[in-house]
Amino acid sequence: MRQSWGRWAFGLAVVLLMAFTLFPFYWAIVASFTSDAALFRDPSLIPQHLIFDHYRALFTERDFITPIRNSLIVAGTTTLFCLTVGTLAAYALARIDFRGKAPIMAFILAVTMFPQISIVSPLYLLLRSLRLIDTYPGLIMPYMTFAMPLTVWVLTGSIRQIPKDLEEAAHVDGATRRQSFMKILLPLAVPSLATTGILTFIYCWNEFLFALSFTLGPERQTVPVAIALFRGQYQVPWGQILAAAVVATAPVAAMVLVFQRRIVQGLTAGAVKG
Amino acid sequence: MRKISRLGSEARLGWALVAPALAVIALIAIFPLGWTFWESLHLHELRMPWLGKPFVGIANYVEIAKDPRFWAALGHTAFFTVVSISLELLIGLFLALAMNRVFRGRGFVRAAVLVPWAIPTVVAALLWRFIFESQGGILNAMLVDAGVINQPIVWFIEASKAWVPVILADVWKTTPFVALLLLAGLQNIDLSLYEAAAVDGANGWWQLRHITLPLLKPAILVTLIFRTLDGFRVFDLIYVLTGGGPGTSTEPIALYTFNALLQNLRFGYGSALSVVIFAITFALAMLYVRGLGVRLGGEE
Repeated sequence: MRQSWGRWAFGLAVVLLMAFTLFPFYWAIVASFTSDAALFRDPSLIPQHLIFDHYRALFTERDFITPIRNSLIVAGTTTLFCLTVGTLAAYALARIDFRGKAPIMAFILAVTMFPQISIVSPLYLLLRSLRLIDTYPGLIMPYMTFAMPLTVWVLTGSIRQIPKDLEEAAHVDGATRRQSFMKILLPLAVPSLATTGILTFIYCWNEFLFALSFTLGPERQTVPVAIALFRGQYQVPWGQILAAAVVATAPVAAMVLVFQRRIVQGLTAGAVKG
Repeated sequence: MRKISRLGSEARLGWALVAPALAVIALIAIFPLGWTFWESLHLHELRMPWLGKPFVGIANYVEIAKDPRFWAALGHTAFFTVVSISLELLIGLFLALAMNRVFRGRGFVRAAVLVPWAIPTVVAALLWRFIFESQGGILNAMLVDAGVINQPIVWFIEASKAWVPVILADVWKTTPFVALLLLAGLQNIDLSLYEAAAVDGANGWWQLRHITLPLLKPAILVTLIFRTLDGFRVFDLIYVLTGGGPGTSTEPIALYTFNALLQNLRFGYGSALSVVIFAITFALAMLYVRGLGVRLGGEE
């Protein structure tokens, strides 16, 4: 009897938590297809008349393509660069025994944790003197500060979980490190690289403080900045804001749902060890 | 003899491979940090270039110590951090325990929970701002319909009310991450411990208190570090939800610093604020690592 009561309570709690998690998404999607007039007169949880005006306005009245392009360029370049440089470092940290490894790992972890705001002022002055404010390099460079340590950290944890046997066997057979890295580890590490790349990309795509600080206008604004600074002529254009939110979120949400298992592994590998 | 030289070349290879990544980090993260400190010892008002950039020693830090808006911002940050993390740990622990069980729809729960974590904080803040809007906000509409309140509540006009959406949005966005870290910890616990306890007639509550929680302590502490440091640098969420308002009554230190730097262009003073934030975060991390004996994973 008590057992079944407990199960009901458990089930109810899970359902309530799911409702809490999903409701904002549901409501944003419904509202993005509802006219502003209907939204403010009498908001209704069940969609009445679906309209596509907000989405159309997003790409005609407003130039939402530009922030999307900016975000893709900045996040994409940062991710590719970090993966290239980060793979070498992660390989060394995961596979080669050398003194100083533990301090390096501690250092990298420490850098992932330090507050972004604490380097906004010098980066601003630096970018200003290099005339890089409001340019792509002016965002990509600052993004390395969090993307590089993140990439190295996650990738190292991920490569450590790949069994060493094949590489060791190759070394016994006289293969050089270069050969075992290129021919054996790299192919095995493709899933790790993909997961890490997705994580780094998501962090760059979502970044706000640097993008807000180091851009001046709509020309180079990234998606989060563009959405946050959305203004209407007379009132807050909620319909368009939510349509933009849906557009900005959908790709990330899709990636996360598809690669769910791997992302969780990548995130928690190395972070928690008893 | 040969072995030693081989080890030496291995070490050299190791350092060579790590060097580019370390160089990037040093150049764009560590060097600016030093620069921030240097800047903080100067009077540097970009609005008033004729003042130049005179060295003023610790004058900026003295000003911070006497600045009521700084102390208020620090208080807001601490309040936000403590309240939201407490809620996140409680709910996250429940979620982790739930996801560790086998039940129908578990895969769905695991996937759904990850989405709020992955979306931009700016978007999360906007979704909650929209729900809490005084005009046309769905929450007010539902509360009025249900007869809980007569008049729509204006959430963003008083600090005590404005904190509700802020904390709720943070809990909504970050609990999944907390739950996943704790779940990873749960999965490391040896199941035979529970079987032995069950044989001895221990109930679920006893198992939770005497097996799960003690063995989960490292995971809980690591989560606590990550979340405390996150909480102390909160920026996006509050920038979008309340803008630090009404007035400056929900302004966290990161937002105050941002305003000092990029609104008022006070680079000397803003840099000093940055250094203070860095010092606080660093001290907190040290406190956790030393005081609570947290071992961060990664090495063996």
